[in-house]
Amino acid sequence: MSTFNLDITKERCPMTFVKAKLHLEQLEPGDITEILLAAGEPLDNVPRTATEQGYQVLESVHVRDNIHKITIKKP
Amino acid sequence: MAEKNKLSIISMSGDFDKVIAVFTLASGAAAVGYEVNIFFTFWGLNSIKKVTSHRFIGSGFLARFFNFLLGGRKSLPLSRLNFGGLSPILMTGMMKGKNVATLEELFDASKALRVNFFACEMAMHVLGLTKDDFIPEVKDVLGVASFLELSKGGQTLFI
Repeated sequence: MSTFNLDITKERCPMTFVKAKLHLEQLEPGDITEILLAAGEPLDNVPRTATEQGYQVLESVHVRDNIHKITIKKP
Repeated sequence: MAEKNKLSIISMSGDFDKVIAVFTLASGAAAVGYEVNIFFTFWGLNSIKKVTSHRFIGSGFLARFFNFLLGGRKSLPLSRLNFGGLSPILMTGMMKGKNVATLEELFDASKALRVNFFACEMAMHVLGLTKDDFIPEVKDVLGVASFLELSKGGQTLFI
């Protein structure tokens, strides 16, 4: 199991989803990743679509201002 | 896991801004788990040519002349206020400056996310083009009936 990180706070639609998707596709079963993202569209949709695609969203925490961190595991 | 959604886009325009819309929707939908099909027809075929600028390709004098005028993905005109090709360059610079994905980045993202590219058989015939004139990611050459079958059960957009 490895731990990864991705920062998509500076990205705009649709690259927020594109980068998150390509990042998640690199994970092996059991791997965990932390994704930093902005409130609004990315926070509303990245965890939702990850769940739909079979990943586990372990945690979502507010970091600062409009920045949030979600922790995702590939089962 | 939920059943896979599907988006099919008919890409007919060869305008820079409309092609950006095609690849924005395609890459975004693929990223959130949609199966995405793009059916390139007429001027839309310019986006998937191997040549990315003005080149004489195709068979037949008129077709070669047309393809030269039409150009490729890196010579697409803006639908309004093109200013002889200056505006797409300015627009790309503005997009980079505002951290928005450029047409090339959206195109590469669509390929990386395995968006399905299809070329229109009839338009290829008119423009004297063959599958070899297109990038290798073009999965197949289709007619209307095959595209309708492919897009069945999903959402379809015409751009």
